[in-house]
Amino acid sequence: MASLKDIQLKIVGVKKTEQITKAMNMVAAAKLRGAQSRMEEFRPYAEKFGSVMGELAGGTNPASFPLMEIRENIKKVALVIVTSDRGLCGAFNANIINASEKFFASQSEKGRQTAAICIGRKGSSYFEKSPVEVIYKMTDCMADIQMFNAKQVGQKLIQLFLDGVIDEAHVIYGRFINVAVQKPAIRRLLPISQEGLEEGAEAEKEGPTAAYIYEPEPEAILNQLMPMFINVQIMHAMLETGASEQAARMTAMDNATRACKDMIENLTLAYNKARQGAITTELMDIVGGAEALKG
Amino acid sequence: MANKLILEVVTPSRQVVSDEVDLATAPGTDGVFGVMANHAPLLATLQIGEMHYEKDGEVVRLAVSGGFCEVSNNRMTILAEAAERSEEIDIDRALRAKERAERRLQEAEARKAEIDLARAKAAMTRALVRLKIAQQKQS
Repeated sequence: MASLKDIQLKIVGVKKTEQITKAMNMVAAAKLRGAQSRMEEFRPYAEKFGSVMGELAGGTNPASFPLMEIRENIKKVALVIVTSDRGLCGAFNANIINASEKFFASQSEKGRQTAAICIGRKGSSYFEKSPVEVIYKMTDCMADIQMFNAKQVGQKLIQLFLDGVIDEAHVIYGRFINVAVQKPAIRRLLPISQEGLEEGAEAEKEGPTAAYIYEPEPEAILNQLMPMFINVQIMHAMLETGASEQAARMTAMDNATRACKDMIENLTLAYNKARQGAITTELMDIVGGAEALKG
Repeated sequence: MANKLILEVVTPSRQVVSDEVDLATAPGTDGVFGVMANHAPLLATLQIGEMHYEKDGEVVRLAVSGGFCEVSNNRMTILAEAAERSEEIDIDRALRAKERAERRLQEAEARKAEIDLARAKAAMTRALVRLKIAQQKQS
């Protein structure tokens, strides 16, 4: 059995850990509020963008847009993996990484090459050590998510697609369902699908829409908006991951705090038992000594 | 009530304007256009430039960059990558941006890098528009 002193030291140590996890939980809760509101502020922009794109794409021929070109022979698929920069958020990043690996495996089965584009340090450091090719990485951008970060990735992606280096692009991110649940989700970015666009338009139909005056022509507008649409989707994925990360950390730290409490309770019990044991032996010694003297 | 137009200016990070206005102009790719109440449905892309709106005789100017504008059902929505009211513009920052753009412009010209040149030019225009609007307010 561990000595009294050992148990006492352990209790002190666990208590300190508990303090840290409790503080991290509170910090994550505060950051979550910020991340969530940013996500909500971005929503009207993204929704409007989607609905206008759908409106435009409805009447046009997808074949005339290079970014909508569905290639028959898909040789290489890129996956944009959005993870957090920091750890200590439970299985959050591991879930995204596992889902990415699964995606890569299913693509390899079809005889396609795969490549990763990593946003966030956790994903980059994992995939740099794995056999998967990392075309592009961006780290230390998740603390303050900005449009130009998304734009950089979007431009890179579009360039790769137009150069024929990749034939398809998807994005995987931690979808924020609610504070307790975050799930990895995959979405296709390139080629832009007409169905996806029209879905967006359906969502915001309010009465009959009159014929628009287009300035310039719808095709020209679409050509200008499509790259931006990619950026908007990447931005959306980043914001969702950002909020999910904080929510996941909050839950993880809450669990850790609770585990600490359990441990302290058990250790205290062990400590009291050991102390009681020591007192009993001491008493036995005294009684034994007194008996011996009497004799 | 006189006919008013609902104007909304939205950027990825916030809603800049949400107001009922009498008139709004925007820098379209094909030229500046104005919109008043009961305008026909319109969809236009925007370039970096200056927009303004009038409400009860008061004029508010904004710097906008990139995006597009939709008008339907008496509602004008501008989705821009960035938009600032004149009083929100940080003049020092715009001046620094202008200097930086000037330097980049020279570098890009020397190297004949077309993409860099286009980017530097866009940065330059953004900085100039911001400065112009900010200074109009002061004078």
